[in-house]
Amino acid sequence: MAKTQITLTINGQQVEALVEPRTLLIHFLREQQLLTGAHIGCETTHCGACTVDMNGKSVKSCTVLAVQADGSDVTTIEGMAAPDGTLHALQEGFSEMHGLQCGFCTPGMIMRAHRLLQENPNPSDAEIRMGISGNICRCTGYQNIVKAIRYAAEKMNAATKEAAE
Amino acid sequence: MIPGSFSYHSPATVEEAVGLLAELGDDARPLAGGHSLLPMMKLRLAPLEHLVDLRKIDALKGIKDEGGTLVIGAMTTQAELLASDVIAGQCPIIQETAALIADPQVRYVGTLGGNVANGDPANDMPGLMQCLDASYQLTGKGGSREVKARDFYEGAFFTALQEGEILTAVKVPVPPAGHGYAYEKLKRKIGDYATAAAAVVLTLAGGSCKSASIALTNVGETPLYAAEASAALVGSSLDKAAVDQAVSLAGAITAPASAGRGPTHYRTKMAGVMLRRAIQRAHERAAG
Repeated sequence: MAKTQITLTINGQQVEALVEPRTLLIHFLREQQLLTGAHIGCETTHCGACTVDMNGKSVKSCTVLAVQADGSDVTTIEGMAAPDGTLHALQEGFSEMHGLQCGFCTPGMIMRAHRLLQENPNPSDAEIRMGISGNICRCTGYQNIVKAIRYAAEKMNAATKEAAE
Repeated sequence: MIPGSFSYHSPATVEEAVGLLAELGDDARPLAGGHSLLPMMKLRLAPLEHLVDLRKIDALKGIKDEGGTLVIGAMTTQAELLASDVIAGQCPIIQETAALIADPQVRYVGTLGGNVANGDPANDMPGLMQCLDASYQLTGKGGSREVKARDFYEGAFFTALQEGEILTAVKVPVPPAGHGYAYEKLKRKIGDYATAAAAVVLTLAGGSCKSASIALTNVGETPLYAAEASAALVGSSLDKAAVDQAVSLAGAITAPASAGRGPTHYRTKMAGVMLRRAIQRAHERAAG
């Protein structure tokens, strides 16, 4: 089957590639771009481990074709930390609040929480829980994930306030 | 788990899309958000040679208030419905329903058009559109036609869509100001399809029910508009006797499959419970 040329931005870098139309975005990211942070969990749009940010939306990259991402702006977990290695507030929050045990769901959780906090910078615990309802964690019971996201929200809000003053 | 091989097309206009579908015949399928079709393709249950992606067609996007009718482009996502001030102001039951579909990631991508056109009886929007007496605009190479949601569904995954046609817009008559509404959905967990669900829109005048519309989700081969149950509420004060009568008439038209979500009699019973709750909440919300 003929390959299709796609051009997209991944973590700030422009990427051009040839893909088979049937290639899923998660396989393109992991196998062609060697960005293995997003995980393949259920492969059935349920677990959220493959969540990445695409054009300002959280998407499950196991249910998006790479050709559908043509022209888009994609951020993966690899694009979250600063270039000097300083962790993003969410990464720091998951570390500080023990928001992970095995870590398998964490890249998807952080990418989903990232978009949630862009849309709602000061969510209640209930809003955080609804916001991550498409991401499954089998270890933590979610308590510490909610705390980690709240930690990040508070840190990001404090930074925004400081910048405004 | 990846789909079988296919050719990918991304037309820029509706004309180009329906031209491609006419030319490629039944080896081709249109792609909206893809959150029903792609999983089926991955399971190799939806064999196709050509995928016609509608995402670049701007004419299929957007929500317009055309004086008493909301015209919603087929590629409008559930998240866009949830964010729309027009929908919030004119027809909030659409948002109440959209919020109960799947999860945030799916709602960013899943579209209203895909949800209603797929013909899956488990989807929530078809029943709601029957409740609201919406119409679907269907466009093929020969032009466009409109089919009412109440006439569109013929069986599970069988609809009035002809080969080569795509659903381009959903037209929703705006319910009267002061209407009461509720969508009640029983599901086993967040993101699940309904075990049973009920949509109710009603209006009051002088304390009695002036108009009522009831539809049910996932308790039959198609969504079910419950005409007799709706009529049973009109003229009543929505007292227990009228509600009991509506629940009984609605239950009589259900035929849910015994499956993972429960046996037939349980799902019919739950449709009644959802309907009772929806009528109560719609009543509380209605003015007059």
